[in-house]
Amino acid sequence: MVGNTIHWFRKGLRLHDNPSLKESIRGADTLRCVYILDPWFAGSSNVGISRWRFLLQCLEDLDASLRKLNSRLFVIRGQPTDVFPRLFQEWQTSQLSYEYDSEPFGKERDAAIQKLASEAGVEVTVKVSHTLYDLDKIIELNGGQSPLTYKRFQALISHMDAVESPAETITAEVMRKCATPISDDHDDMFAVPSLEELGFETEGLATAVWPGGETEALTRLERHLERKAWVANFERPRMNANSLLASPTGLSPYLRFGCLSCRLFYFKLTDLYRKVKKNSSPPLSLYGQLLWREFFYTTATNNPRFDKMEGNPVCVQIPWDRNPEALAKWAEGRTGFPWIDAIMTQLRQEGWIHHLARHAVACFLTRGDLWISWEEGMKVFEELLLDADWSVNAGSWMWLSCSSFFQQFFHCYCPVGFGRRTDPNGDYIRRYLPILKAFPAKYIFDPWNAPESVQKAAKCVIGMHYPKPMVHHTEASRLNIQRMTQIYQQLSCYRGLGEHRAQPAETTANSLKIRLESLEESKQTPITNLIGNNIMCFFYSGRGHAAVKRSSEDLTPGGSNKAQRQTSN
Amino acid sequence: MKRVKGDEDACSSSSEGPTESCKKVRKLQPSKEKHQEEEEETDVDLCEFGFDWALLPQEILLNIFQFLPLLDRAYASQVCRGWNQAFHMPELWRCFEFELNQPASSYLKATHPDLIKQIIKRHSNHLQYVSFKVDSSTESAEAACDILSQLVNCSLKTLGLISTARPSFMELPKSHFISALTVVFVNSKSLSSLKIDDTPVDDPSLKVLVANNSDTLRMLKMSSCPHVSPAGILCVADQCHGLRELALNYHLLSDELLLALSSEKHVHLEHLRIDVVSENPGQHFHTIRKSSWDAMLRHSPKFNLVMYFFLYEDEFGPFFREEVPITHLYFGRSVSKDVLGRVGLHCPRLVELVVCANGLRPLDEELIRIAKRCTQLSAIGLGECEVSCSAFVEFVKMCGRRLSQLSIMEEVLIPDHKYNLDEIHWEVSKHLGRVWFPDMMPTW
Repeated sequence: MVGNTIHWFRKGLRLHDNPSLKESIRGADTLRCVYILDPWFAGSSNVGISRWRFLLQCLEDLDASLRKLNSRLFVIRGQPTDVFPRLFQEWQTSQLSYEYDSEPFGKERDAAIQKLASEAGVEVTVKVSHTLYDLDKIIELNGGQSPLTYKRFQALISHMDAVESPAETITAEVMRKCATPISDDHDDMFAVPSLEELGFETEGLATAVWPGGETEALTRLERHLERKAWVANFERPRMNANSLLASPTGLSPYLRFGCLSCRLFYFKLTDLYRKVKKNSSPPLSLYGQLLWREFFYTTATNNPRFDKMEGNPVCVQIPWDRNPEALAKWAEGRTGFPWIDAIMTQLRQEGWIHHLARHAVACFLTRGDLWISWEEGMKVFEELLLDADWSVNAGSWMWLSCSSFFQQFFHCYCPVGFGRRTDPNGDYIRRYLPILKAFPAKYIFDPWNAPESVQKAAKCVIGMHYPKPMVHHTEASRLNIQRMTQIYQQLSCYRGLGEHRAQPAETTANSLKIRLESLEESKQTPITNLIGNNIMCFFYSGRGHAAVKRSSEDLTPGGSNKAQRQTSN
Repeated sequence: MKRVKGDEDACSSSSEGPTESCKKVRKLQPSKEKHQEEEEETDVDLCEFGFDWALLPQEILLNIFQFLPLLDRAYASQVCRGWNQAFHMPELWRCFEFELNQPASSYLKATHPDLIKQIIKRHSNHLQYVSFKVDSSTESAEAACDILSQLVNCSLKTLGLISTARPSFMELPKSHFISALTVVFVNSKSLSSLKIDDTPVDDPSLKVLVANNSDTLRMLKMSSCPHVSPAGILCVADQCHGLRELALNYHLLSDELLLALSSEKHVHLEHLRIDVVSENPGQHFHTIRKSSWDAMLRHSPKFNLVMYFFLYEDEFGPFFREEVPITHLYFGRSVSKDVLGRVGLHCPRLVELVVCANGLRPLDEELIRIAKRCTQLSAIGLGECEVSCSAFVEFVKMCGRRLSQLSIMEEVLIPDHKYNLDEIHWEVSKHLGRVWFPDMMPTW
């Protein structure tokens, strides 16, 4: 019996630490590595040109690496459920392998493919390698629930078994007798398409600031570690103007596409730390970036509605405003706030922004100024941001808009002040918004406050060459902090109801329930919980989350929920 | 159709809900005479349930219905006449929250217009606790006013007008809003709690409120009502001696108001919330005399003074120069070290402090002073500030276990020679007597 194996690349676009591929090769006579390009995907406006370009570069790199092993990448257009039965037949497949995808949509798709495979007598090999841990084990450790606070997650991690070592890189030795049948017309049938072939206009497109591919990823990893060793400092780096710019040691897009194995990164960091610090146990904070990613994957894996507010058991129902005009201004960098606009411009041009920049624009869109739904912001990031995958993007947006994860909501980033403190000279603004280049540092973050003479001298009149600010920040933040306080005060009333509900019922019913519950408690002033002041004005004590059962969550212990229910001392 | 005791059909419906079995019982009835029906009904039901759902006393139904969400209750009301009657019992219609949203401006569902009609028709005289939640569209605000104008035979105890996004009440023609609101003021005569922030309410309408509800008014929240003058609110304070909670903007605050609220006839004030908002940079704010605050404190020694500051850094001149009885203090914009220093000096009653942003110079001394002098401080939140780890530990040590809420963004803490970030949470946890971590933000 000839063993013909197909390895299906989705993420995990690499040959190092690819246990499913390695397993698949063992004992196989032929290997064909495929990437399935969903034709509808290219036309979808939700994936911008930068993301496509990155992906295509990853695929080219894979193809090049496979060529060195006398193999090739097979890029096939179509939908997996249509493509696979055909391939199984044509190639007489006996085995299919792929890296485990923890996202709900991925799990569904894979279940369908597994069914097709078993119908065709094809064995399926799946291995975890996109995350540090098997996420189901983390959830199991937490009593079957995904952890809802990062602190809880960290506590669980510290009780997990050690991270599995990265698998051996696929080399000629590993391949051994396994061969890839390559036809003469391989390039016509299975080549990696170009951006033009996918229908993109590439004239005037600047070179990629973040070139895709495993080769680039591994080079960057080395650079990243070198810099850390040289600095000999594993502390969180202080934020300065330079941090805002794309770094040649940045790794997040490569982790997202799987060009870089998170486990390899993890082990290399650990080794380096031990070497430099002569210390045997690195703190969890060393892996900050990786653990945040892992956290969001874990919270998302069993929640198909993780990227929505409605019907999402971990998401607070907030009455966001529907305002397409305002959303467009934000997305296109026309808010009139140079700090926000520069960030959105960098995002659109390059595909990456610093995490504090993400906080700034996310806060501005949602709970800070525009009061627009985080789902809209998430969609824009999905289009433009290279490292935004479903779980991490949705999770981060919920976090930043204070829609979940028991995040305190009192702190709001000022679209003027925050930028000014980060980059006092304003060079970042000048770089991405050249129209404001000539403004002095004093006014570059709030050019509308500059006297007319200054504006004229800078050849940029606000309202003509650059938009006026689209909101009055003080007024907007005053309103919004009120809204958030209101919402969280109402949430606190769920105390007691929260444990038993699977899903938040419709809003009217909720409020009615609160009221009736209050009625039970105090016949005197039943409505005060709804519209009254509570003593703990600013802080959400995290005990009233509507839907999720939290048996032993390590939450920030609230003052006293009792204090929250009283209206007077 | 023959009906036998222990009829299979009826008995086998144990897997279905009571409503289904009720229906089944009825289906089998038509040809029988009434007395026989009752007899056989009882026979069948006794064998299976031991009681008849249709005979459940109204009081018990009321108790049960109270726990049902409105939608479920509405479905239940369709089951039979008895349950329909229960659905319309006045007790279930004391409270209602009208949600007025337009699909173009909100993602949330709105209260069904038919339901609104029904409530106005059948239950408006039962309503006592009412709130309106409107989205950012003017139509929603108009719809709210429309309903308000129809609440003629209502005697409301509570009324809340809540804009969930942009303040759409402000976009209505002022007269339209006022006349709708006045309907309630005049007809209720027993308003106890009123929440009308961000609305175009004015002095004359406040006079109407006072004329009709001065004996009962206990809570009035009217932040950001630009058409009200200090004289208007003074009128309320003078007449409504039962006022316990008041929320307004700083420009309405005056020495006279504080003195009125501390007059002998006035009950103890429990809660005073003041928003200090700057419209334009460089705005000037008046001062309140210390003697006025002292009078307030003498009269209501336990009252909470909650102040939200949304000012530019250079507008804090008039504030915190003398002792002020603030209990809850929120700085929504960047505030200088100097001002925080003054807070430590002049706010001995401080219970909660939130600083959204400060700057790049450490707040070490200021925090220590606050720990020392604000002996009631139990909650603090810091974002976008800087504090050295040592000073922070010192601060927590001095406050000790009274700090029930310590919400510090991770970036605030600056490691120094004594502590780094990994060590600090142990130290702090030690002094707090519970496990503590700084607030984190995703670093992806």
